[in-house]
Amino acid sequence: MVVSKETVEQVASVSEKYKYGFVSEIEAETAPKGLNEDIIRFISAKKDEPEWMLEWRLKAYRYWLEMEEPDWAKVNYPEIDFQDIYYYSAPKQKDKLKSLDEVDPEILEVYNKLGIPLKEQEVLAGVEGAANVAVDAVFDSVSVATTFRERLEKEGVIFCPISEAIQKHPELVKKYLGSVVPYTDNFYSALNCAVFTDGSFVYIPKGVRCPMELSTYFRINAAQTGQFERTLIIADDDSYVSYLEGCTAPMRDENQLHAAVVELVALDNAEIKYSTVQNWYPGDENGKGGIYNFVTKRAACRGVNSKVSWTQVETGSAVTWKYPSCILQGDNSIGEFYSIAITNNFQQADTGTKMIHLGKNTSSTIISKGISAGRAQSTYRGLVRMGRKAENARNHTVCDSLLIGDKCGAHTVPYIENQNRTAKIEHEATTSKVSEEQLFYCQQRGLSEEESMALIVNGFCKEVLQKLPMEFAVEAQKLVGISLEGSVG
Amino acid sequence: MLEIKDLHATVGGKEILKGINLTINPGEVHAVMGPNGAGKSTLSYVLSGRDGYEVTSGSVLYQGKDLLELDPDERACSGIFLAFQYPVEIPGVATATFLKTAVNAQRKFRGEEELDAMQFLKLVREKSKELDIKDDMLKRPVNVGFSGGEKKRNEVLQMSLLEPSLMVLDETDSGLDIDALKIAADGVNRLRSPERSALVITHYQRLLDYIVPDFVHVLSDGKIVKSGDKTLALELEEKGYADISAA
Repeated sequence: MVVSKETVEQVASVSEKYKYGFVSEIEAETAPKGLNEDIIRFISAKKDEPEWMLEWRLKAYRYWLEMEEPDWAKVNYPEIDFQDIYYYSAPKQKDKLKSLDEVDPEILEVYNKLGIPLKEQEVLAGVEGAANVAVDAVFDSVSVATTFRERLEKEGVIFCPISEAIQKHPELVKKYLGSVVPYTDNFYSALNCAVFTDGSFVYIPKGVRCPMELSTYFRINAAQTGQFERTLIIADDDSYVSYLEGCTAPMRDENQLHAAVVELVALDNAEIKYSTVQNWYPGDENGKGGIYNFVTKRAACRGVNSKVSWTQVETGSAVTWKYPSCILQGDNSIGEFYSIAITNNFQQADTGTKMIHLGKNTSSTIISKGISAGRAQSTYRGLVRMGRKAENARNHTVCDSLLIGDKCGAHTVPYIENQNRTAKIEHEATTSKVSEEQLFYCQQRGLSEEESMALIVNGFCKEVLQKLPMEFAVEAQKLVGISLEGSVG
Repeated sequence: MLEIKDLHATVGGKEILKGINLTINPGEVHAVMGPNGAGKSTLSYVLSGRDGYEVTSGSVLYQGKDLLELDPDERACSGIFLAFQYPVEIPGVATATFLKTAVNAQRKFRGEEELDAMQFLKLVREKSKELDIKDDMLKRPVNVGFSGGEKKRNEVLQMSLLEPSLMVLDETDSGLDIDALKIAADGVNRLRSPERSALVITHYQRLLDYIVPDFVHVLSDGKIVKSGDKTLALELEEKGYADISAA
C-alpha cells in the first residue's frame, strides 16, 4: 500500500493539534478520546483511504452533528457521552492472561456448555500466546479456510475486509456503499459512516451460487470485532449467498457502544440469506455493565424476483436497538424476517423489522419470537408499508411473546401503512407464559428445572431455529438454554 | 419399596392428606380408590414432588431413602414415574425429542452412556409398536392435538421407555374408551414384574378389570378408611363410596 504524501501530512497535522499528541509509536496507534474532523481524517489516513472515502466520512460526520439521538425506542440507558469514546485504536492490548486458570470461571463454564474445544477457548479468552498455539492446533480449520478462499476466488466471489475492498474494488464500494443505508439515515448509522474501521465485504458475481456459507468466524479469531462495523454484501444477478454473522461464544468486550451498519443488495433473481447469532455481554444479574447494540441492518431487493432472509437469534447485549429491514423494490421480490430475542435479568431489547413494499407482487413474512425473563423488557416493533405501486403485495406477520416469571414485560408495536387497495396484510400476535404444569411435567420425566425450561423455550422458538443453517442451529439451541439460566426458581 | 407413614399435606394452606399410611412392597400393585376430592391426585403429586403440595408431617421412605428430601427430577431419575391424569402439552417440542431428552437425562443420572439418535430410534420403535403408536405421533409436538387415547398411550410409552421402579397411575382410565383402555392397560401389565410396583389411582372399578391389583385401598377425606384385596373394588362398585366411608 502506498501512503500518499498528503496522508502523512494529515496525520502529522492531527498530531500537532493535540496537546497530548502521539508521543510514541505505541500511542500513535490510538487516537485520543472524542470525535472531531481531525479524528476522522486520522482514521481515514490510518486506513490509507482514497479521498472520496474521506469526503464521505466527513459529510456523514457533519450531518451527524446536526442530528439528535433517537428516543422513541422502549429502552432506558444513561446518556452516552460521544466525546468520551475512543474512535480509533489498534487491537486492544488487554491484560495478558497466562492460562485458562486466570479466565473468569463463569465464562469458561459457558464455553464448556457450548462444547467449544479447549484451544479455541484459549483464543476466545485472550490467553497469551494462544493465537499461535491455536493456529497450530486448529491447523485443519486454517487450511480449510485457505482452501475455501481458493475456491471462492475460482468462482469470482470477493470476501474480504471492507478496508481492503475500498482499496481493491473502489468501483463496487463507491457504487453500493451507503446506497441502502445513506449516511443521512439515522443518528447511529451517520456516526458509523464517519468512524467505521472494520467490517466485511462480499460480492457474488452474476450467476454464481456461492459454494459455501460465508462466515465471519475465520475473521473473528484474527481481529477483534469492531465497535463500528460496516458490512456490505452485493449479490449480482442470478446469484446466491448465505452469510453467517457472529460467534456464539460470549466475548467480554470493553466497548460499551456498538453501532454497526449492514447493507445488503440483491439484484435480479438473486438471493441473500443473512443469519446472526448475537451473544454479547448482557451485563450482570443486577443490570450492571453490558453492551449497547444499536445496529442498522437493511437490505435492498433491487432486482426482480430477488429475495432476502434475515434470521437472528439475539440473546446478548444490555440494550438492543435493531430492525433488520427489506426494501422490496423489484417486482416479485421477497423479504423474510425470522427472529428470536431473549432477554433476561435487566436486559432491554427493542427489535423488529421494516418491510417496505414498492414493487408489484412483492411478499414478506415476519416471524418474531420474543422471550422475557427476570426483569427484562422486550419489544417487537415492526413496520409493514405497502407503497402506491405495490399491486398484489402480501405480508404475513406472526408475533409471539413468552414470559417467564412475573417481573418482565413483552410489548408488540406493529405499524401498518397501506397505500394500495390490492395489498393483503395479516398480523397475528400471542402472549403466553411458561406454565408451572409444563415445567413439572418435564421434571417428572427426569429433566432438571433448567433443562426443562430450555426444552420448552426451544419448542417455542422452533419455527425460527429451523431457519438457521444446521451448524448454527445446534449452537443456538444450547445458547437458548444458557441465556435463561437463573430465570427459574 | 415405598413406606408412607402418617403423611399430612396441604395445598394452598388447606389440609388435604390427613395421615396416610401405606406400604408397597416390590412387585405389588396397589389401587387407591375414592370419591372426588378425597385427595387421590394430591397423593400422587406429593409423591412426585410437585410445587405447592406441602408436606406438613409424616414421612415417606422410598428404597430406604427419605423421598421428601429429593427434587422432582431426582425422584423421577430414582424410578418414580407419574402417569398424568391430564398430560401436558409442550408446543414445538417433537414427542420423539422429548422422549429422548428424558431417557438420556435419566441415563446420565445413573452414570450410563447417553443413547445416540440411532440407538434411541431403534428403542422407541420397538416400544411404540407394542402400544400401537405410529411414527407420525412421535413427530408431533408433545400432546398437542392428541386425542384422549393418544395422550394416555403416550404416557404409557414414556413409562415403558423409562422403566421406573414405582409406577404411579393417576386416573389413567379417565377419558378413554374401552379399546384405548385395553391398550393402555396391556402396556402397564407388560411392565409388571417382581421388582416393579404400581400405585393405581382411580375413581372407577373398570380399570381394575384390566390392571388387576393385589391390594385395594379406599381413600376418603384424606385418609385410608378401608383396605382389602381386589374384591373390595367390586364391593365399592356395588355399594358406592358413601357406604364404605361411613363404615
